[in-house]
Amino acid sequence: MQFDSLAAALAMDGHGAYVWFVALVTFAVIAGLLLLPSLSSRRFLREQDGILRREQRAAQQQHTEVSHASSS
Amino acid sequence: MWSFFHKLGSPPWMYRISGSILSWLLPLTLLLLAVGSIWGLLYAPADFRQGNSFRIIYFHVPASVVALAAYYVMAIAGAVSLIWKMKMAEVAMKSCAPIGAALTFLGLISGAVWGKPTWGTWWVWDARITSMLILFFLYLGVVALYQAYENKAAAAKACAVLSLVGTVNIPIIYKSVDWWYSLHQPATIKFTEESTMHSDMLQPLLLMILAFYCLFTCSLLLNMRSELLRQGAGTNWVREQVLARRGTKGATDAV
Repeated sequence: MQFDSLAAALAMDGHGAYVWFVALVTFAVIAGLLLLPSLSSRRFLREQDGILRREQRAAQQQHTEVSHASSS
Repeated sequence: MWSFFHKLGSPPWMYRISGSILSWLLPLTLLLLAVGSIWGLLYAPADFRQGNSFRIIYFHVPASVVALAAYYVMAIAGAVSLIWKMKMAEVAMKSCAPIGAALTFLGLISGAVWGKPTWGTWWVWDARITSMLILFFLYLGVVALYQAYENKAAAAKACAVLSLVGTVNIPIIYKSVDWWYSLHQPATIKFTEESTMHSDMLQPLLLMILAFYCLFTCSLLLNMRSELLRQGAGTNWVREQVLARRGTKGATDAV
């Protein structure tokens, strides 16, 4: 390693603030690039699941009403 | 060969294949990024002139290189969607734009921060930096243009034209440091000549460039998957995905 201690690695001879700031922004951008589309897909699938459940409930209700009507 | 192109146009096939590619590419990308960052930040030697501020190169160069490559991918996808009306190319083109914008932003911000200790200023209206700023606006333009149209076929056509017109800017960016007097240093890595960097500094840089290419591929596939799901709303294959997710979630809840 090029630095003797953690403090020296953070300070980087006075350039630490520049280098670590860029590193943090990079990691934030990487996290955004990987997480945002995954979260968007997950949210979409959850919404579609809700729609599908509602459709299934409506179909089941209709089926029950039809069978009640035919038995009476 | 032709059957591959037919498959490539199929959303369910693309969704399935991209999922299996991501299952190994995503962990590999994270590993490369972690190794490259630690190597560059802590183990690479400091530059004799710039000191430790030179370590910004390990984020600035990969982000900028891949931002330029992403533009080519977007323009090629745009050309394919214009010529062959291939839906998957439209999806790829639309998915490229926000990734390219994010990487260009990263290249610009890291360059500005690097400029302060090196040049004594955050920003100069230099040919390289200005042409990179234009690239950023081109990416944002494609994103905005797609959102502006209600008719998505017309939106894709307009975005493809803008992408193709914008390719003029890419060789300008590459050659700007040679064509105009510039504060920006010339290319560090050259294909035709030996690199001006010492191998101890060059190796982590090449690793980070590879990591950013992998990051771009992962992000592109994730964006495309999200877009494919949205475009396929109500179709059988999306319904299958919903049911598969429900099954997985149910199994997790039961545990």
